[in-house]
Amino acid sequence: MLRSAPLAPPAMHAPDGFFSVWLSIVGWVITAALIALALRNTRDQLGERQVPLMGIMAAAIFAGQMLNFTIPGGTSGHLIGGALAAIVLGPWAGLLVMTAVVAVQALLFQDGGLLVMGLNIINMGVITAFVGYFVYRLVRKVAPGRTGLLVGAAAGAWLSLVVTAAFAAVELALSGTSPLRFALPAMVGVHALIGVGEALLTVFALGFILAARPDLVTGEEAPGQRSAGWVTVGLVLALAITLLAPLASPYSDGMERVAEVFAEPQAVERPPVGFAVPSEPQFFGEFRDAPYEILPDYTVPFLGDSGVSTIVAGMIGVLIVFGVALGVARLTRRDERARP
Amino acid sequence: MNSHLIDVYADTGSVLHTADPRAKVSAVLLLIVIVGLTPMGAFGAYVGFFALAMAGALVGRLDPLLIVRRSLIALPFALAAILLIFTVPGPPVLILPLTGWAITAPGLVRFASILFKSMISVQFAALLLATTHFTAMLWALGALRVPHVLVAIISFMYRYIFVLAEEAGRLARARDSRSAVLPGVRPRSRSLVFRARTTGRLIGALFLRSFARSERVYMAMVSRGYRGEVRLLNPQPLTARDALIAGLPVALGGLLLAASLLLG
Repeated sequence: MLRSAPLAPPAMHAPDGFFSVWLSIVGWVITAALIALALRNTRDQLGERQVPLMGIMAAAIFAGQMLNFTIPGGTSGHLIGGALAAIVLGPWAGLLVMTAVVAVQALLFQDGGLLVMGLNIINMGVITAFVGYFVYRLVRKVAPGRTGLLVGAAAGAWLSLVVTAAFAAVELALSGTSPLRFALPAMVGVHALIGVGEALLTVFALGFILAARPDLVTGEEAPGQRSAGWVTVGLVLALAITLLAPLASPYSDGMERVAEVFAEPQAVERPPVGFAVPSEPQFFGEFRDAPYEILPDYTVPFLGDSGVSTIVAGMIGVLIVFGVALGVARLTRRDERARP
Repeated sequence: MNSHLIDVYADTGSVLHTADPRAKVSAVLLLIVIVGLTPMGAFGAYVGFFALAMAGALVGRLDPLLIVRRSLIALPFALAAILLIFTVPGPPVLILPLTGWAITAPGLVRFASILFKSMISVQFAALLLATTHFTAMLWALGALRVPHVLVAIISFMYRYIFVLAEEAGRLARARDSRSAVLPGVRPRSRSLVFRARTTGRLIGALFLRSFARSERVYMAMVSRGYRGEVRLLNPQPLTARDALIAGLPVALGGLLLAASLLLG
């Protein structure tokens, strides 16, 4: 059935207002630089096929998102498609295809905001395409053959949504819309489930393509993508850094909060160090208390302002990396042109 | 065709419809920035913005209720911000029974502000989308320095979205017609993997058909003289009327922002 899916991932087509103005503008700057890079790379790769191929594949992803399948609990799931597009068409083309999808959803159907579109493109387009493609390539390198291909696609599709969710959570926290220690576990948890559907659909779609048109999938990296490989590595590294900064702190804090909420007041009898073994076997007390408290004082200094500033620093770092990447791409292009 | 695919453009031939799309896109983006920069808790300014949006609906001869209803899409996203009512420090207003969580006054203000600001922003965007045809919007984006190749890709997507949605509909119909259930017979419940496999293969088929279609379309374009360049019509000049239609709401919004910053 063609229905709009009730299980549309939250905060992916976010409307205006939930992300701050400054973060949205940073999002647009990063998106603009990446789109410029993607347009150059796909032009090298596809030539004048660029426009019709990517326009129609964007429409295909959009239509594919309408194909729902029922999942237990009375709801239905559908494909996001960033990883699939990047695996079949390459990361840069996947990025552009998803950009077009996000733009049409916002500009034609009002599904997603205008000022936040830059961030939505980063979340739905850049991260799904790049994480999906990078993980897929990595697994294929380790495990060649059909199995490696499908396992890589599954891992790439699943991780693409999980990383996207983590990014959206960080963006919500930076905007002061949702505290990171709640947003991150909630977003990542929900998308770890949605990601299973994405992985299944991507694997079966890719399996079908592999059976019918193996030449589209099994080929090595297309010319023009090799240079993009290093940019991909840089991007993923930069993204990992921004992700690791918040991941380091909120989990410990979130766990502590969970422990505080669920532990009954009389049971809170904390050992001075997390792994301290109670002198008497107190199983329930230990269960409530000890396992989550590896470093009791670790959380406080990391959260608050310093944590937020770390993330801001990370975001600025990403911006600089992309600026450098754009400059390098321009320089190498000039070199190629200079050659006879 | 499916209700999901009805775009939000509504032609009433009003002053807003005939205004220059560049002016409208810039004005709405500026208004959304202005609303975003308005401090939390400036509810007087929010009322002013809302009045501005409703005035826009009247000038555009659109149903104001429709614009309000469209802004309800912000509600599900409020879930992302709801925890603010507990986490922002301040005097407690209400302590939830059982959990003992305290709802704070500043938390409530912040949550309500985010929700209202989002809904008002969606209303401005709804005005733009309801009064600007998609092709005009794309032309405006190109004129506002969005890369022409990207605009061309999105135009192509717009051209084929309905074609491929029909194709996806045919694939889904074929799947459903092969999954028939006799009346009165309880359908055999299939595993999640089985259902995902069926749908995943449909998506694969859609992908391949679209790929082949793009090749055919490209050949047809080449045979009609396409050389990798998409030409657009010459831009019309901006008139004083366009500047007024775009500038007036932005100026009013800017005044509201300034007032909320000075008084707040």
